[in-house]
Amino acid sequence: MSRKIAPGCFSTMAWKKHFFKETCCQCGAPDMETQNEELEKRGKVRKRKKKNENKRVIISNLPFGSKKWKENPNRHYDTNEIETTKYNILTFLPKNIYEQFHRFANIYFVFIALLNFVPVVQAFQPEVSVIPICVIMAITAIKDAWEDFRRYKLDKEINHMGCYIYSREEHAYVEKCWKDVRVGDFVQLQCNEIVPADILLLYSSDQNGICHLETANLDGETNLKQRRVVTGFSSQDTVFEPEFFQNTIICEMPNNDLNKFKGYMEQPDHEQVGLNIENLLLRGCTIRNTEAAAGIVIYAGHETKAMLNNSGPRYKRSRIEQRMNRDIFLCVGLLFVMCLVGAVGHGIWTGKFWEHPPYDVPDWNGNFVAPVLAGFYMFLTMIILLQILIPISLYVSIELVKLGQVFLIHNDIDLYDEEADLPIQCRALTITEDLGQIQYIFSDKTGTLTENKMVFRRCTVDGLEFSHQENDRRLKTQKALDLDREDFTKLQHFTLPPMNLGRAATIKPSTMRPLRRCQSDRARTQGHTRSRSVGRRDSSQSQVAFSSPIEKDVTPDSRLLRQVREAALQTESFSPFIHMKTSTSFTDFFLALAICNSVLVSTATAPRQRVTIPPPIKPSGITLEKIHQIFQRLKLASLSQSFSSSQSSSQLGASFSAKNTEEPLAVLESCDNENDSSASSGGQELQDKGSTEIGTASLDEVFRSATNTSLPTDFCYEAESPDEAALVYAAQAYGFILVSRTPEQVTVQLPQGTLLTFDILYTLGFDSVRRRMSVVVRHPLTKEIVVYTKGADSVIMDLLDNSTKGNISSDKRLKRIKERTQKHLDYYAHDGLRTLCIAKKVLNEDDFQKWANFRREAEAAIENRDELLIETAQHLETKLTLLGATGIEDRLQDGVPDTIVSLREAGIKVWVLTGDKQETAVNIAYSCKLLNQRDTVFTINTENKETCESLLNLTLEEVKKNYEYDKPQRKLFGIIPTSFSATEAPSPEFGLVIDGRTLDVIFQGGLEEKFLALARRCRSVLCCRSTPLQKSMVVKLVRRQLKAMTLSIGDGANDVSMIQAANVGIGISGQEGMQAVMASDFAISRFKHLKKLLLVHGHWCYARLAKMVIYFFYKNVCYVNLLFWYQFFCGFSGSTMIDYWQMIFFNLFFTSVPPLLFGALDRDVSAETLLRLPELYKNGQNSEIYNLTTFIITMLDAFYQSLICFFVPYLMYKDSDIDVFSFGNPINTISLLTILLHQALEMKTWTVLQLVVMICSVAFYLIFSIIYNAVCLLCSPPTNPYWIMERQLKDPIFYLLCLITPIIALLPRFVIFALRGTLGASLVLKAQQIEKLPKEQQDLEIQKLRSRKEATSGAPVASPASNDDLDQSSSHLCVSPFLPSAAALPPRDTENQGVSASNPLGRRTHDEGYYFFNRWAEEESAATDSSAGPSSGHQPLVASRETAPGQDGGKLTKDYLKNFHYGSHRRSVSSVTL
Amino acid sequence: MKNKTNVLPREGEAQPSRCPDNTAFKQQRLPAWKPQLTIASVLSSFFLTGAFCLTVGVCLVLSANSVREIQIDYSDKCSDCSKLRENSSNWNKECHCSVNFTLKENILGDVFMYYGLQNFYQNHRRYVISRSDAQLLGRNVNIQRSYCAPFSTYRNGTPMAPCGAIANSIFNDTINLFYNHNSSVIQVPLLKTGNSWWTDKNVKFRNPESYNLSSAFAAGTARPPYWQKPVYLLDEEDERNNGYLNDDFIIWMRVSAFATFRNLYRRVRRVRHFTEGLPAGNYTFHISYNFPVTRFKGRKHVILSTVVWSGGSNPFLGIAYLVSGTAATLTGFVITGIHLKLRKKKTYFQRRCESCFICLQRSLH
Repeated sequence: MSRKIAPGCFSTMAWKKHFFKETCCQCGAPDMETQNEELEKRGKVRKRKKKNENKRVIISNLPFGSKKWKENPNRHYDTNEIETTKYNILTFLPKNIYEQFHRFANIYFVFIALLNFVPVVQAFQPEVSVIPICVIMAITAIKDAWEDFRRYKLDKEINHMGCYIYSREEHAYVEKCWKDVRVGDFVQLQCNEIVPADILLLYSSDQNGICHLETANLDGETNLKQRRVVTGFSSQDTVFEPEFFQNTIICEMPNNDLNKFKGYMEQPDHEQVGLNIENLLLRGCTIRNTEAAAGIVIYAGHETKAMLNNSGPRYKRSRIEQRMNRDIFLCVGLLFVMCLVGAVGHGIWTGKFWEHPPYDVPDWNGNFVAPVLAGFYMFLTMIILLQILIPISLYVSIELVKLGQVFLIHNDIDLYDEEADLPIQCRALTITEDLGQIQYIFSDKTGTLTENKMVFRRCTVDGLEFSHQENDRRLKTQKALDLDREDFTKLQHFTLPPMNLGRAATIKPSTMRPLRRCQSDRARTQGHTRSRSVGRRDSSQSQVAFSSPIEKDVTPDSRLLRQVREAALQTESFSPFIHMKTSTSFTDFFLALAICNSVLVSTATAPRQRVTIPPPIKPSGITLEKIHQIFQRLKLASLSQSFSSSQSSSQLGASFSAKNTEEPLAVLESCDNENDSSASSGGQELQDKGSTEIGTASLDEVFRSATNTSLPTDFCYEAESPDEAALVYAAQAYGFILVSRTPEQVTVQLPQGTLLTFDILYTLGFDSVRRRMSVVVRHPLTKEIVVYTKGADSVIMDLLDNSTKGNISSDKRLKRIKERTQKHLDYYAHDGLRTLCIAKKVLNEDDFQKWANFRREAEAAIENRDELLIETAQHLETKLTLLGATGIEDRLQDGVPDTIVSLREAGIKVWVLTGDKQETAVNIAYSCKLLNQRDTVFTINTENKETCESLLNLTLEEVKKNYEYDKPQRKLFGIIPTSFSATEAPSPEFGLVIDGRTLDVIFQGGLEEKFLALARRCRSVLCCRSTPLQKSMVVKLVRRQLKAMTLSIGDGANDVSMIQAANVGIGISGQEGMQAVMASDFAISRFKHLKKLLLVHGHWCYARLAKMVIYFFYKNVCYVNLLFWYQFFCGFSGSTMIDYWQMIFFNLFFTSVPPLLFGALDRDVSAETLLRLPELYKNGQNSEIYNLTTFIITMLDAFYQSLICFFVPYLMYKDSDIDVFSFGNPINTISLLTILLHQALEMKTWTVLQLVVMICSVAFYLIFSIIYNAVCLLCSPPTNPYWIMERQLKDPIFYLLCLITPIIALLPRFVIFALRGTLGASLVLKAQQIEKLPKEQQDLEIQKLRSRKEATSGAPVASPASNDDLDQSSSHLCVSPFLPSAAALPPRDTENQGVSASNPLGRRTHDEGYYFFNRWAEEESAATDSSAGPSSGHQPLVASRETAPGQDGGKLTKDYLKNFHYGSHRRSVSSVTL
Repeated sequence: MKNKTNVLPREGEAQPSRCPDNTAFKQQRLPAWKPQLTIASVLSSFFLTGAFCLTVGVCLVLSANSVREIQIDYSDKCSDCSKLRENSSNWNKECHCSVNFTLKENILGDVFMYYGLQNFYQNHRRYVISRSDAQLLGRNVNIQRSYCAPFSTYRNGTPMAPCGAIANSIFNDTINLFYNHNSSVIQVPLLKTGNSWWTDKNVKFRNPESYNLSSAFAAGTARPPYWQKPVYLLDEEDERNNGYLNDDFIIWMRVSAFATFRNLYRRVRRVRHFTEGLPAGNYTFHISYNFPVTRFKGRKHVILSTVVWSGGSNPFLGIAYLVSGTAATLTGFVITGIHLKLRKKKTYFQRRCESCFICLQRSLH
């Protein structure tokens, strides 16, 4: 296949640039939105065109040369040329103007400008009056044009990227531009090329017909996806020849579902081959690990899934903007009233002459209009005259200010994540100030509060718990040392047991380089997202996604390690009698961990090269067949697997002693020795007992070869979920190393060094319905068909084999194991670990064949295929044998508790909506200080509507009682006129835990109001086990019903709906792809950034914008009223005393920049103080700056100021020979000064910029006026203010007037400011005052403020210190019962045990909670009698606050413990229905 | 804030770090002055403002008080004339009347004579724009297209010069002042030029270019309908005070801001008896009554006044300064009072509050 290069094609860099740009410059994102609209529009057009067909038929283009093109049925489909621009040169003007008229304000102003052309009503010279609206629209148009031009350039670049299309004339693939790709063309792609369109894969150089695809550009997931060649084309012997392609493809119409594609291919002999998404290469993806691939284009250009999916940020209206719109209507009302006054006034004024005076000029024809008609005309004239009462420049100004705000947020170094090299991304430009008004935060748990870095912590095998103390310790120290490289390796040396040490020691330094190369390679092609997270600062080693060293290196538990080895030895020594079962389950357990997943392996040395073929065994070594033979011989009883080699272990031991200069732990050493000896003895036994054909030599050979094989010692595991990777690494730590994986085979290295290759018969992937995954493999040695299943404990436990097989002892044993495992699982959950159960099942050949047929049918089914697939899967996953369970820790992110505490202090209610288990969620909630130990926590789990209702009622009553009880206390302190005590609801000390099913009941049963009434009184709510839909419903409920400002934060695809439902959606650009980020308004990389984002930027943005908006209203009203007052002196004739040009410029230039700068830069309180005093946030939450009251006050002030600005000069010049413009000029100057000084009063920060702008504004006004008044003799006919400014500048009166009027106008405001400072200061003022103090005093004052705040709220909150020790003590309350032996008890736990016993928990002498608790328990038992009975012990409503009076402390602690255990017991949770 | 300069990636990566610049502007840490309303600054600003305003106010009031002014309403004094003028058909009938008044004391300094009109809405919008500045600049413009309508052309198409309602309704009374000195009547010498703005007279108003005025105007233009004389005969004595350059005309064309206004009419020429100003005694205005005011319930005045640096006799500005100065001072005192009282209370309250908090805490423990 030859390739010819055509000129004029850009490199593939353009595409990268495109994507890089999009993610990097999120600020310029509104184009995405418009793009979307455009797409929709196109879609509509297309739909209309092809309404009647819902199928797309595609045939090869090759038979149709350029001549016969018209006969090609493909010709109607979109070409690959994309055009995301909105306009072209010709259509720009009309289209843009049309677009702009969508904004109501523009229509209004154009209408007024047009009205001005009607002679009878005109107020200004018509030509001039169109200027403001033209300027405004021109600015917007320029902005739009620039954005469109950028899009155009990008489009062009992309359209001209090169790709290879098969040409009939040349009989080869010829390079052409992307835009020339047509549906039906054959395109060839090579490794690392970007797919130009949606292509059906027909050829892959891979021998299995697989093509690997990186979809990071689409969804941000960096793991590779596999695509397969269409069935029937996978024969690799012949190279795919496009010219022989005769088939017809019938598929669905273009849609935006990235994960679905349906269609079939009809061969000439009418045989149909099904097509699915597995066969489709999507535009924008990158080909990886595949030398070449070819296919036929199915969708091109705008019809590709990538383009249809290109959803940008939405336009959101912020709360201030909503309020602003309301106030604009108020202004319209005001305008109407003023115009009415003018109209009526003019009518009366005209009517009072019986003869027309000389100044009442008749119209063109010399006729006079009747007073009523004159009044009506005057109404219209007045609208024109007073039009700027509606601030014309407000919208543009707000847009500009928000751009500035976004720029500053984007550039905040504190919101920059060094690890990921990602600053905050502001995707929505319109809602910055909403950040300052958040009342509710809805947070996801996994990946948001936690790192989503899974660390293997504990496991239980066969009912035995292995606590992995060493691992635990390692994690701790690792954290403490902040991954100092030196110490880190030392630590590794010290704690790693011999098995692992050799590997660890050799890997670390040697793999560093290749890994980095692999990373940088990816980073270059991808340019964004997760791959960047590799460049960690803390450890110079890099890692592939999901595998930080913390996750990667698991220190095995020494006990377990011994067990594993013993197991291996036992199987080796043919002692199938006593411990057979246990030992196999150990090995089985780890095999399952290694196999039962979808982890892909790539080696560090070959970047992104999948290890698909087991590494070739050296010629000297023995083949797998040979091992197999050995096994066949060795296989006696139901020996399943395991292999041990004295040689390998001793070898490793040697390496250990050689490499480790420090003293190994005594235990490990002894263990090692033991191993050695037993291994050698085992070997001897083997020799003795082994069959004759195989001599020692051969066996030795086997082992040696196995261990000597040049296995790449390090693998990059790429898993779909971090849990999987964690498990694989855990297995690796115990010597079960996943070496390679293909769809057909998986190879695992055993601890002995042997490689076992399992044939994968089926993989039943994970789905959220089944909540488990299974792998069906054929054991290479025993040839047994084994199903390994891994899944949520609740599911697996139900699927276990319960049938009695007659063998009572084994049944009993199984039962015991199950019980113990369950206990351990409960404990894990309580400790905040994520649990997974591992189970297995051995199938016999017949059963499997039966099932396989069934499965094949299901796969071939067209209708309800999904259901069938699930059904078949469920069919297989029954009667499992429990192997064990794992506990994986999802580590809390840095600074989460601190952030949550701050947010709570700021008056924000934090709710956690998670799909996780209740126990895990509750625990995380405690550890991140979402719940306090002294909070009353209500847990509601029910499936019954009535129960739910009564529960809600009861709880609500209880909460209310407490609520009211608090109130009078508060009033006692409420004397102080402080803002916080007056407006704030008492901070409730309740927590609510609710699960998904209960939420369902609430939503379906119409109990939303009750739920809300309860929830709003709780300070935090935890929704566990909730689906994405429920999450978004909860958010919507709060948002709609409580009219609250909501913020959702999440990182995964399951949070997308919730993110979109909230007022502000925040995505965490973490590990779970880009979906959440794509849906969000802001994307941050750590949860802790939320603190600064909200408390500082939110506060600032809100304060700035609110002040600016209100200032704009003030400014316009103040200025326009000057004209209005003048109407009383000119017979309501619509005269102006200010020249029109000066009037226009007043708003457009003289007074426009200072508020803009103010809106972008003012800081009322410094960032440090805002962070230290989160209460300041309430300022924005309660909309204290911009609400109806402040609006009205400002309006009144504006009226007052305009009165002063008008009447002081009026009274001064009254009865004098002043002319119209000479009167207007001082007024204009005075109002300018007043308005700017008003701004200066509002301004809290004066930087050089502000000062310069302020001075420039005044200077510009003066200079402009002087020049204009000197130059313009006939500028704006018929009148002009010639030489007036110059004359007045010589007049002392002018200066005296300009001095006194602003003073009088601003005096009241200043007095109020002064009084506010002296009288009860608001918190913001307090903070400002504090800032002036020296450092130490500041701390003192802040402390004082906070303590006062707590005292006034009436609910004493413990000081942080006491909180801490409480948390610590209680979070480990339940540790001990599950530890197998006291010796294994970690020192930490014993310590805490002691603390918890001695710690007086009940601090509050608040009996009611306890009463309630008891009462509830009684009622509960009565209620449950019928169904579950009291013995089930579950409290659907667990009041777990330590509310007991002091003497009861100990007892209650026990009670609490007990309750908690019952409560956390999975079975009881799920079974209780009331 | 932490100093984060050292966190920048240490290795020279191919791709520049996306770490934001650590500049004072971008991190919003520009050095800033944060004005604070402390009690000291508040009080000092109030008292300083008060003191300043009071001082200026006193000066202004004093200077305004030194202005001598006499205002005589003559709209009804010549009842015959006003009746005559009510009927516009009598526009070309002459009517004279005289008004006597007595000056009790000398008016020293430059004495200005104004005519004042009441209830004459010169600032009416359609009136204000009814002019053609281009025409007044002497340019040959098509006034048909100007704002002068309907006072632009006659039916036969002859354009009016000057056009527009303002010009048409020019104040056309003639006022002469006579001093009855020892039973002899002396006409007070009055200056009719130099009353208008220099820029108006020399820049804004120009006569059409021609060898003489009458030829410039007589050919092709006509006087406005209310006018008795054509524009080139406004001042028969002074050729340079004629046409568009007539001071009375220029002053009239500067439309006043309010319905009640005065326009400078003449200045007393300080010669002979009047070198010091107007001496006390009996005076008579001889008025040729042409301008009708009763039609719109207007009044006509004639005003004699002196002028000081702070303008005319209007004492308002001085009063405004005095009042606001007083207000500022008073507010300063009030705030001082509040502050002193509150400081005591505050400390008391805070003490109580703290003790309460301590009690609460103790009870909890």
